[in-house]
Amino acid sequence: MPRPVAIEVRDVAKRFHVPGHRVPATLRARLKNPTGRTPGRYLEVFEGLSFDVEQGEFFGIVGRNGSGKSTLLKLLASVYAADRGTIRVAGRLAPLLELGVGFNPKLTAKDNVVLNGVMMGLTPAEARRRFDEVIEFAGLQDYVDLQIKNYSSGMKVRLGFAVMTHVDADVLLIDEVLAVGDAEFQDRCGDVFEQMHRDGKTILLVTHSMPVVTQHCERALLLHDGAIDTIGAPDLVAERYYNVNLSAILARPDHTLPEMSSQIVAAIADPDARISDSWIVDASGERTGEISQGSPINLRATIGVERSFEEAGFQFEIVSSDGRVVFASDRAELAPGGTVSAGQRLEVEATVENRLPAGRYTVKCKLFRGAGTPAGPNKLARLEVSGPKRGGSMLLDHEVSVSDASQESVTRR
Amino acid sequence: MSTAAKTAELREIRGPSAFGGTWQRTWDLLWLLSVTEFRVQYTNTALGYAWSVLKPFGFFGVIYLVVNQVLRFGDLVENFPMMLILGLVLFQYFSESTNAALKSVSAKETMLRKTQFPRIVIPLSVNLSAAISLVFNLLGVFLLFIVAGLEPRLTWLLLPLIVVPLILLTTTLSMLLSVAFVRSEDFGQAWTLTLRALFYATPILYTLVIIPESIQPLIAANPLTPLIEYARVLVINPDAATPVDLVGVGAGLLVPLAISIAIAVGGIWMFNRDAPRVAEAL
Repeated sequence: MPRPVAIEVRDVAKRFHVPGHRVPATLRARLKNPTGRTPGRYLEVFEGLSFDVEQGEFFGIVGRNGSGKSTLLKLLASVYAADRGTIRVAGRLAPLLELGVGFNPKLTAKDNVVLNGVMMGLTPAEARRRFDEVIEFAGLQDYVDLQIKNYSSGMKVRLGFAVMTHVDADVLLIDEVLAVGDAEFQDRCGDVFEQMHRDGKTILLVTHSMPVVTQHCERALLLHDGAIDTIGAPDLVAERYYNVNLSAILARPDHTLPEMSSQIVAAIADPDARISDSWIVDASGERTGEISQGSPINLRATIGVERSFEEAGFQFEIVSSDGRVVFASDRAELAPGGTVSAGQRLEVEATVENRLPAGRYTVKCKLFRGAGTPAGPNKLARLEVSGPKRGGSMLLDHEVSVSDASQESVTRR
Repeated sequence: MSTAAKTAELREIRGPSAFGGTWQRTWDLLWLLSVTEFRVQYTNTALGYAWSVLKPFGFFGVIYLVVNQVLRFGDLVENFPMMLILGLVLFQYFSESTNAALKSVSAKETMLRKTQFPRIVIPLSVNLSAAISLVFNLLGVFLLFIVAGLEPRLTWLLLPLIVVPLILLTTTLSMLLSVAFVRSEDFGQAWTLTLRALFYATPILYTLVIIPESIQPLIAANPLTPLIEYARVLVINPDAATPVDLVGVGAGLLVPLAISIAIAVGGIWMFNRDAPRVAEAL
């Protein structure tokens, strides 16, 4: 059943005026350009953009630099005005484009929380009521009365982020620049976004990170040169994103691309084989995205062969939310010593011991031809390991014993 | 899955504007920003807000002593030092407020580019915080007047009749200047010059009655002239000749009023027209 629409964008067009540059203050230049400026020009960003976001959806917007992501976010946030078309939003919208908007270094944390909260759409009374919660979330209880010019940059980020998480809205526009800071902070941001999503909020997230898209988003939109390139499942969009990125690098006249990358582009543009699907199953063989900590991870994938080739190989990796490959499987031969043939359909089953701490991961499946040439695009599957949170990047069996040593030390003295 | 958000209706987003949004939110932001602006001036001082009255008291006290005791202008025109000081306080509000508002929109660039709020808040908050300062300055100045021996008068209570129109004039002019500055920074330099010229074209160092009759109508056309002249009548010298006495109702009152209204209409119209695009023009 389709959910009601939260954001409706219809035929939106936007162009920016790029001012001309000042001409040099010489007589000849002035005679040519009496106004002292060259004529400006217009830069078209969108020429008719339409899409919908459903209520309660976690929606990702990706694209290369200059593709129009930020402009789109700012149009939705009422920072820019559209030249044409309509944008409609259901409910209260909060733009979270930057941490700590309106922070004044000479004010205390309390005053800044109120100021920033009101900038984000709270009333002053609401902002004051939430102050204790915000400060506790930021872990800055001991520094409430300090002017924030004396805060470290990390403390400022924490304070700004804490305010952001206490904003009331039905629709949240989030810019990835929010997720600055170390891996732990990024993880925390991810958790907060997930919590907002569970609370039924509609979330629009602009990001460059494909692991973030595949781990959080239900649907994503790839912008390319101001138009929708792809809209749909996150892994599909992520795949297209890599493709678009690499073709852009190849299109550069002076491109110096490592051999590997051009092979990847070739593999995506004209694959020998394609992983049509990859997914995680639970103990009963049902498709799932969540595995409890310690239970083995069962991976399934289906492969369609487009043309016959030799030495076909399959490999998968588990990637953590900060983009690190935490595990890479052995390569499995699809046709040991022989050839896979066009039209063949293959099924892969893999089981991995689960030593992963709770968190979000992506399983990346890859196809090879020969020693290491990519044979087709990678396929991503979402994996969430549930369980108590704990640091580190793997779980190892361990024993700790403690004995009372004080008796001994007393006698020695 | 059945929260209120789920049934919310689609409403059209029309982009940023000068006056969009609820009055409550406009006022909340305005009050918060202007009080903040006023407060940060005194946060790191030991005397705190006492400065807001002490500063004008001391500043204008020095002027009083110099003009009265050293230059002895007080002997030439009755109560001249006080007339000078009252004119200075009002003009100082006008010049500081417009100067700060001029650059306010470009100074708050991050706010404009990252959040949604009625754009009018930006120049208004600068004006409101300057208006708060004006009230304290007037308190300091009245304190000085009483110390200097000026008889308190009931007509002092009518001063809002001067201050409110002055604030309206300053605010609408500030709106005009704040968006003009985004279009071209040349307005910043031009306004500095204009203010300097206005200082001499306003009866501050002099009164309308002592200048040649031929240029009286010219000076009287300045919207600040009747405000300062009538402030002197209310506060210092009820018997002084008013602009209406000197150049008639037309030149003394209607012309400056018409110019003020033209500035107000122009300021509001310009700001309203430019506000949706200032974030991208910065």
